[in-house]
Parts: sequence; C-alpha cells; structure tokens
Amino acid sequence: MNRIDVVFRQLTKKGIPALIPFVTAGDPDMETTYGLVLEIGRRGADIIELGMPFSDPLADGPTIQAASQRALKQGVNLEGIFSLVEKLRCKTQIPLVLMGYYNPIYHFGLERFGVQAAKLGVDGVIIPDLPPEEATLWKRIADPLGLYTIFLVAPTSPPDRIEKIVKLSHGFIYYVSVTGVTGTRKQLPSDLIACLKLVKKYTNKPVAVGFGVSTPDQVRFLAPHVDGIVVGSALIKVIERHIGDDKLIPAVGDFIFSLKQAIID
Amino acid sequence: MLPDKRGHFGLFGGKFVPETLMSALKELEEAYRFCKKDPQFKKELNYYRREYAGRPTPLYFAEELTKDLKGPKVYLKREDLCHTGAHKINNTLGQALLAKRMRKERIIAETGAGQHGVATATVATMFGMQCDIYMGTEDIKRQSLNVFRMKLLGARVIPVHSGSCTLKDAINEAIRDWVTNVRNTHYIIGSVVGPHPYPAMVRDFQSVIGIETKRQILKKEGRLPDILVACVGGGSNSLGMFYPFFKYRDIKMIGVEAAGLGLHTHKHAATLAKGSVGILHGSLSYLLQDEDGQVLEAHSFAPGLDYPGVGPEHSYYKKIRRAEYVTVTDEEALSAFQLLSQTEGIIPALESAHAIAYVQKIAPNLGKDTILIINLSGRGDKDVDAVAERLGVQL
Repeated sequence: MNRIDVVFRQLTKKGIPALIPFVTAGDPDMETTYGLVLEIGRRGADIIELGMPFSDPLADGPTIQAASQRALKQGVNLEGIFSLVEKLRCKTQIPLVLMGYYNPIYHFGLERFGVQAAKLGVDGVIIPDLPPEEATLWKRIADPLGLYTIFLVAPTSPPDRIEKIVKLSHGFIYYVSVTGVTGTRKQLPSDLIACLKLVKKYTNKPVAVGFGVSTPDQVRFLAPHVDGIVVGSALIKVIERHIGDDKLIPAVGDFIFSLKQAIID
Repeated sequence: MLPDKRGHFGLFGGKFVPETLMSALKELEEAYRFCKKDPQFKKELNYYRREYAGRPTPLYFAEELTKDLKGPKVYLKREDLCHTGAHKINNTLGQALLAKRMRKERIIAETGAGQHGVATATVATMFGMQCDIYMGTEDIKRQSLNVFRMKLLGARVIPVHSGSCTLKDAINEAIRDWVTNVRNTHYIIGSVVGPHPYPAMVRDFQSVIGIETKRQILKKEGRLPDILVACVGGGSNSLGMFYPFFKYRDIKMIGVEAAGLGLHTHKHAATLAKGSVGILHGSLSYLLQDEDGQVLEAHSFAPGLDYPGVGPEHSYYKKIRRAEYVTVTDEEALSAFQLLSQTEGIIPALESAHAIAYVQKIAPNLGKDTILIINLSGRGDKDVDAVAERLGVQL
C-alpha cells in the first residue's frame, strides 16, 4: 500500500488534515535538505514534498524561484535528488512526493525517472505544467509502478474538468487556493471554502490545499475543511532568514511545529 | 490540417501549462475559432491591416542585389515597411482585436529587443487598452530606445529580474501575470511559441505575409517561386511566409537560425540545429538545454533571434523535412547587413540580415532562372548603434 494512502487513512481516523511541507531539494545545499526533511518529519509533517529545481519555474512566485536558483547553483540535478531519497529512506518512512516541472523529467527519460523513483521509495509525483491532457505517456509508466501522480485543480477549473481531474489524480488532489503563482498571501480568497466543497462533491479522495497558505491562523481556519495543507513559500522564507547560521534546521522545525499545533487545536 | 484538436503538430506542441491557465486557453481557442470564421472580424482586421499597418507590403525585385550575387533572381518581401518597422504588428493587431472581442480590458506581453513590445503597445494604445510589457533587465539596458518608445505609447514596462533577466524570463513573468490576472487580461505572445492555440493562431495572423507573396509573385513572374528564405528565432516571420506554401512540395523552404559566435561555441541561438526536444513555455519543441534539462541562454547579436526555444511547427517541419534549417554567424549577418544597405539602399534588421547572409552563401550554386524570395522581416534602424559599435565607428 502506498505510504500516502496509509497516512491519510490514519489521519482521517483522527479527524485532522495532513500537514504537507514543501522544500526545494538542495536549498541551500543537499546536506541541509537531508537534515531538514528528518527534522520536519519529527516535528509534525505528515507528507513531504521535495521540489526538483528548474531554470524556468513558471507557476512559482519569487520565493520558490529564488530557492530553485540557489539549488541550481549547487549543481542539484535528478541524480542528486534520487541519492537524497535513497539516504532518507534509510531513516524515515514518511511519504515523499517529488514536485517539479516536466522538462527535466522528460530529459532524464520518463521511464528511467519513474523506475528509479519507485525503486527508491518515492510515493508520488506532482508536475505542475503537465495537465491531464498531456499526461497519458507519463501515466502509462507511473501507474503500473504504483507511483502516484497528483494533479492540480485550480479556482478557474470548470466543473467538468474538476470531475475529470479528480478521477485521474492518485493519492490526493492538490487544490490551488488562489488564481496565481505560489507565494505567501496575507489573505486567502473569500470563496475558498465554497470552492473546496465543490471539489469534494466530485470525489472521496483526500483534497489538499496549497499556494498562499503561510500562517498558523490560516492553517487553523482551513483545517476543518480540508484533508491536507501544503506550506511552501512560508517555510522557504524561514530557510532564507537562516542561510549561513546553525539555527536553520531547528527554526524550520519550530515553524512546522507551530503549524501542527494550529491543526491539532 | 495541423495542429490537431489538442494542439499537436505530430509529436510537438501541446499545452504544458499550470491548471489555472487551462480554461483561459480553452476560452481563447473558442474565441479564436469563432473569429476566424466571422466575416465581420475579417473585415475589421483587413481594415486595420490596410489603413493602419500599411499592407499589403511590396514584393520587391532586388535587381541590384541580384546582380551582385550573380545567382538567382531575388525578391524581397518588404515587411520592414510595416507600421512599427517589422512583421510583428500583423500578430499584435490580430490578437488585440481578438482581446477586444473577448472583452479583456488589459493586455500584457513579453519583449526581448523591444520590437514586439512596441508593436503591442502601439495597438493597445490605439484600441484604448491598458498595457503592461515584461522585459528582462539585461534587455532594458541594451534597448533603452525601445523602452522609451513603449513608454511614449502609454505602456508600462515592467523590469524582470528573475533567471537570466532576458527574453525567456520575460515570458515566464508574463505567464505568471497571466496566471494571476487571467480573468481580465489577454496575453499577446510575440511568436509562434507557447501553449496551444498560440502557435497556430500567431501563424495564422502572420500568414498574411505568404498569402500576399503568392499573389504578388504570380502577378510578377506568372509562376510560384523556387526557394523561400527567412530567419528563425521563435519563428513567426518565417512561418508566416512558409505556411501558405506548405502544400507546394517543390518549393524549397529554408529557415536561417543564428549561429552567434559559432556553433562550436556555447554562444549561439541555433535551437533547431543544435538543440534537443523538450518542454519550454507551454509547448514541446526543440530547445537549448544542458544535460540536466535546464534551459540555456541563447546568444545572437540580433536580439530578435536570441531565444532558446522555437515554435513547435518548425520542429515538425524539421522532423518531416518539409523545411531545411541552416545557420549564419554574427559576422556573416553583419556583412549581409552592409551588403543590402549598399546595393539596394535598404537597411535590414539584423535578424533579417541572417536570411540575406545565407542567400549570399548559396547564390553561386543557383541558376539565373531560379526565383528566390527573402522575407525581409524588419528594418534596421533599431540596430544601427550596435552595428556602428561592431564596426568601431564612434557616433
């Protein structure tokens, strides 16, 4: 059974949503990412999204763009990310989802990528610029390997599309909370809960919300309405503040802990 | 007829974009399909092409150049005579009219050298639309005159500091803006690139070049040409020239890419010659990338060719060998720039000079009866500073 399913099953019993932090692999370096993943796993993360950096991340705002640039400067590539996953799997069984743009994966080779990911213990993949219409080739490889492909639903997705996407998405559905790119927002859209209800109408699969979620208050507000909460840019901002000092890992850990507390409240 | 329903030219093209944009692309596709068949839209577009952009542009027999080259009979399709000085206006006029139909009150665009930015700002101001142009900070430094032009035309120029701070990053930023403001904003992409329906739509708006050329050459020569030559950056002027001739298999079509400092260096923009297949800016096509699939910076001293991607339909033409793609270096283009200025009294854009340079190379092997048409996609006023500097002339 896929680790993502196990986690959602356990959390549903407890009646709380999954906390899903996003970190860019290799930001600020691979060694730190390794320590970070283990730390946030201990401090309350339920699933971890590992970002695969790309030179042209067109769905991302300035914070994640900068993280990608820092990682690319370190020479991070897919081989390196797979070594990281391999190392992590010796220490933790937390579900790992790789998130990144299609070109580096395509260039690496879809089959080669899928096989390696599945073998090393990756549980799912999110490719923000691969909508269902273009995903046939990839799904043909990933599905038989038991590697989940998680698709995104946006506020601009009409009902007939939502219906199609939730059917294809495995593990959970990633609901993009805002019409825009990734990045922290002071306020979440006022119709967010209504939009989530619409998505839930079409599926029993878990629905996680991402893009713009950054504070414990926002997490507390969302928790009763969703099955998962993705936090990316806000976490990366904590990393940014601590680049070069030895508080980086505990600081991010504390941040994740504060979000977890907000969920449990 | 290509592309297919999902925007594919064989393996190439498609819609590789974030989910937020999928419905906007569908809306655009439907609006475009409707307008394409609407006689009123066609009438309006033709009116502005004629009265505002200055079409049809002449197909000019370049007698002096022909004499100089001692080879084929050379014609120039004079897109340099269009309003704003290049073929770019063909596309921006079409898309702005479409945006008006779609009731979008705001226009955004990317620009590298500033030509597409100027052409967009021009039509936006004429149609009374708000206009924001994304431009890399590197390009803003290099093209201050065009930055001022856009501002004069009432557009806001937004500097892009991300990535390599050039055209590809300006496109990323324009797409990010579009993702955020998609409900009231239309994105006018400047070439036959991007997600479906852009490559097909821009091609159609630019096809006026080839359609006019066909009519004009039949009138002048009583027959179709043997060879068409045009430069390829993203590929809109070349596709506009080639597409209406696609079905005439005997007509040779040659796209000229920028070899910059040479193909043996990393400083070139020869996407089709040296690139590999990948996904950039929403479509699958050839692109310049490193061994990890990260997109590389392109280089050409012709700013309009300085792009690491290329339109998917060109990739398709390459694959099925319908067109041939070749390269020309900065040096060769510079010499062709001077040649046309001195023989015909026409200063070409550095981009178009690439096409002329390639004709210079092949001319000795072609007979006098051969009819060859070069798409002179733009005029060179914008490039005189750069050329003077290259030639060591102090202005």
